[in-house]
Formats: sequence, structure tokens, C-alpha cells
Amino acid sequence: MDWQAIVLSLRLALSTTLVLQVVGMPLAWWVAFSRRRWKFLVEAVVALPLVLPPTVLGFYVLIAIGPRSPVGALYARLTGGLLPFSFAGLLVASVLYSMPFTVQPMAAAFGSVDRKLLEAAWCLGVSRASTFRRVVMPLARQGIATAAILSFAHTVGEFGVVLMVGGNIAGVTRTVSISIYDQTQSLDYNGAWHTSLLLVAFSFVVLAVTYSWQRRAWMLWPPH
Amino acid sequence: MKPRRVVSRRLALLMAFAACAAAGAQKLTVAAAADLRFALDELATQYRAAHPEVDLAITYGSSGNFFAQIQNGAPFDVFLSADVDYPQRLIAAGLASQDSLFLYGVGRIVVWVPAGSPLDPAALGIHLLEAASVRHIAIANPQHAPYGRAAVAAMRSLGVYDRVSPKLVLGENIGQAFEFVESGAAEAGIVALSLALKPAGRGHGRYWEVPQEAYPKIEQGGVILSRAPAGPAAQFRAFLLSAEARRILKQYGFSVPQ
Repeated sequence: MDWQAIVLSLRLALSTTLVLQVVGMPLAWWVAFSRRRWKFLVEAVVALPLVLPPTVLGFYVLIAIGPRSPVGALYARLTGGLLPFSFAGLLVASVLYSMPFTVQPMAAAFGSVDRKLLEAAWCLGVSRASTFRRVVMPLARQGIATAAILSFAHTVGEFGVVLMVGGNIAGVTRTVSISIYDQTQSLDYNGAWHTSLLLVAFSFVVLAVTYSWQRRAWMLWPPH
Repeated sequence: MKPRRVVSRRLALLMAFAACAAAGAQKLTVAAAADLRFALDELATQYRAAHPEVDLAITYGSSGNFFAQIQNGAPFDVFLSADVDYPQRLIAAGLASQDSLFLYGVGRIVVWVPAGSPLDPAALGIHLLEAASVRHIAIANPQHAPYGRAAVAAMRSLGVYDRVSPKLVLGENIGQAFEFVESGAAEAGIVALSLALKPAGRGHGRYWEVPQEAYPKIEQGGVILSRAPAGPAAQFRAFLLSAEARRILKQYGFSVPQ
């Protein structure tokens, strides 16, 4: 079994989830509460990775982070490194690819927080940041956890985008899905079988735990 | 007449048309190694003009990939591999007959840089790969692409492999390795000469041909799979071995077996 690829996938999934928690939370807040007329445009852009084939995303990301693009050139000037075929490049692609899996559950959770509670907090003189931390976060924690779990699982299962931008480097961009693909292509069905089975078991456990935990949470705090 | 009967009559008519169309055009599906992309596109145009009755469909990919798919029942009639090993293994597996094997060309590999590159492949040769400005070298995945194996063999025999191997990035097939370089994501690559000579790209990139003694000969063979309809498949093979097809293959950088 390709443990190096498994560890890499977990590292990528964890990093993607952390970045998305930081980047996705304000975005989800904005999506949930903004009254801008063009909000639907932002929502559509965030949801694009749900409908676009990974090949389209991968192709554009490869060009967008390459040394000929302004983004790639800026990155090269700042860090001296290059984004394509690196862990950082893969992280950029994964963050874009899993964005809807973070923003949508979070925005739904924020949106379902009773506005009266927010207004009450503001009337009592609690700052917006503090309201978010002490009122919204506790009420929306299930949505936030769902966002984290879905983003993590989705990144572990990512294949097309990684195939397009990764370059298949052992320990850097050869994730577990690419490793399985390589194993099947070189007719190592035995290896593919083992790694795939592990992945199926892992995904099942993650989803089963999520659902069981959500149900219990739901029963403890029934909706009003 | 009741409306439903009108519908069923129209449906019957439509099905009759479909049946006629199916009988008129014979379908021929070809799985081709990715290095053939430009050469075979041109060959296909000629073939289609000469044989309008055949509905020719070509899929490009890595030879190892096709080999695995065909073993698992992929519906291809002709397999044009980038080596002779995969076709022979299909014959051994009973999926193609021994006498259907044919050699259609010998591939060559080049060190290739995109248009804007400051590096001169003609002057640097294989040592271009060692240049500090080359951070990534794209090759096809040697695990399942013959051109990837040839690239690795060439780097080993020319004594640069150990120094440049940390820079290697692997394309899923030789076409993707080519795309990695063309998009600028990798600064150099070892690709098929047939791709470096692509029609619109002529003069857009520059290359140095790796001496043919530096790697095992890339003899490219094809087979007709046992499931293929007899007529068009044999005819397509005859076309690929014709003088006109050889001329086109030569033009795309293949050495053509006599």
C-alpha cells in the first residue's frame, strides 16, 4: 500500500479544510446576510466547482498559477518558488474545488440563526465580533462542523483536478486517488484493491460518524 | 386515426431510418497512443475521404491505459500502441490474433522547450535539463507510457538521470506531458518528436533530438482485436501501411519500417 500517498492526501485534506474554515467563514457570513443586489453572482461563482468538470477547473488553474500568468509570476517573486506541481499549487486548486462544500453549509447555518437573538445582542451593546463568537458560532456549530467534514472528505476524494495540475510527484502531488489510478494502469490490481478498500472504509466511517452525530445533536436540540 | 397510432407509425418510420443508417455506416473504433495525435488526425482525414462508408472514431491516451481497458473489455477494434509489448501481451491474452500484429512506425524523442524559453536546446542538448532555470521536466508516466520509459532510459544512458530526477513531473500520457510544457507550467520536457512537429506549433517551440542509440528503439505496433468487424479493420491496417500513410508518418517524425 502506498502510505506516502495516503499521508499526503490526509495532509492536503487537512490543510484545505483549515484554509477553507478561515476563508470560507467570512464569505459564508456575507452570503448569508448581505443585501447586495449582485449577491447571486457571488453565490453562482462559489457554486461553480459543483457543476464544472474537474478537467475545466484543473486546466484553468494550471494556466492561472503557471509562471506566465500574473498570479504565478507574483508568487514566484514573493517566494522564489513555482506553484504548478507543488503542494502549495495543489492546495490552491483544492481550496477552489472544495469551496462550495464549506460555504454552502456554513451560509445555511448562519442564515438559520434567529435574527432576534442577533438584534438582542446588539441592543445589549455586544460588538458584532463578539456576537459572532458568542451567539452565532454556538448556534451554527453543526453547520460549521458539516462544512469541515465535507471539505475534508471531498479533498481526499479529489482526482481530476489533481491529475490535471499535480504532475504525479511522489510525496508532493501523488495523492491516494492518483496512486490508485497508477496502480490500475500498471495492472497492479492487488495494490489498487487494498488502497481502494481502505479509502471506502475511511469514507464510510467519516460519513457514518457525521450522520450519527448530527442525528443525536438534532434530537438534543430540536428545532423550534 | 387515433393520435397514438400516428405516434407509433412515426416511431416505426424513425426506427427504420435508424436501421438503414446503421447498416450503411460501419463503425470502426481505434485506440491510439497519444504521440499519434497530430499524425493520425491527418491520416484519419485522408482515410475518411477515401472510405466515407466507415464511421471512424479515434480515442487518444496512454498505451498502458488502453491495454488495461482492452483487457477489461473496452470496445475498441484497432489498438495502435506506442510499443510492441502491449499488443503482444493482448495476443498472449487471446484478445487479438498473432497475424494481426503490424509495425507502423518507430518513434523518436526530443528535449523540447516552449517558444519563449531562453534556453537553446540545439546548443545544450541533454544538459539543458540540468540548467538551474529548468525547475520542472515533464515526461510521460513511465509506469504505463512507453514514451515515459524511453525518456527515463535516455536520461540514464546519457548520465543525467540522478541529477534531474527530482525535477520530473509525470503526465498521464505523452500528450499531457507536452501540454505541461506548452502551457509554461514546466520549463522543459522530453516528448515525442511527432508532437514537437505539430502543424500549428511548428516554430512555436524548439527541440533537440535525443540520439536514437540512447534509448531502446520505440517500435510502435498495432493489433486488430478479435472483436473487430473483419472488413474495415483490415482495410484500415492496409491504409496505415500504404505508401501515402508512410509519407505522412515520416513527415511527423516517425521512422517508417521497410
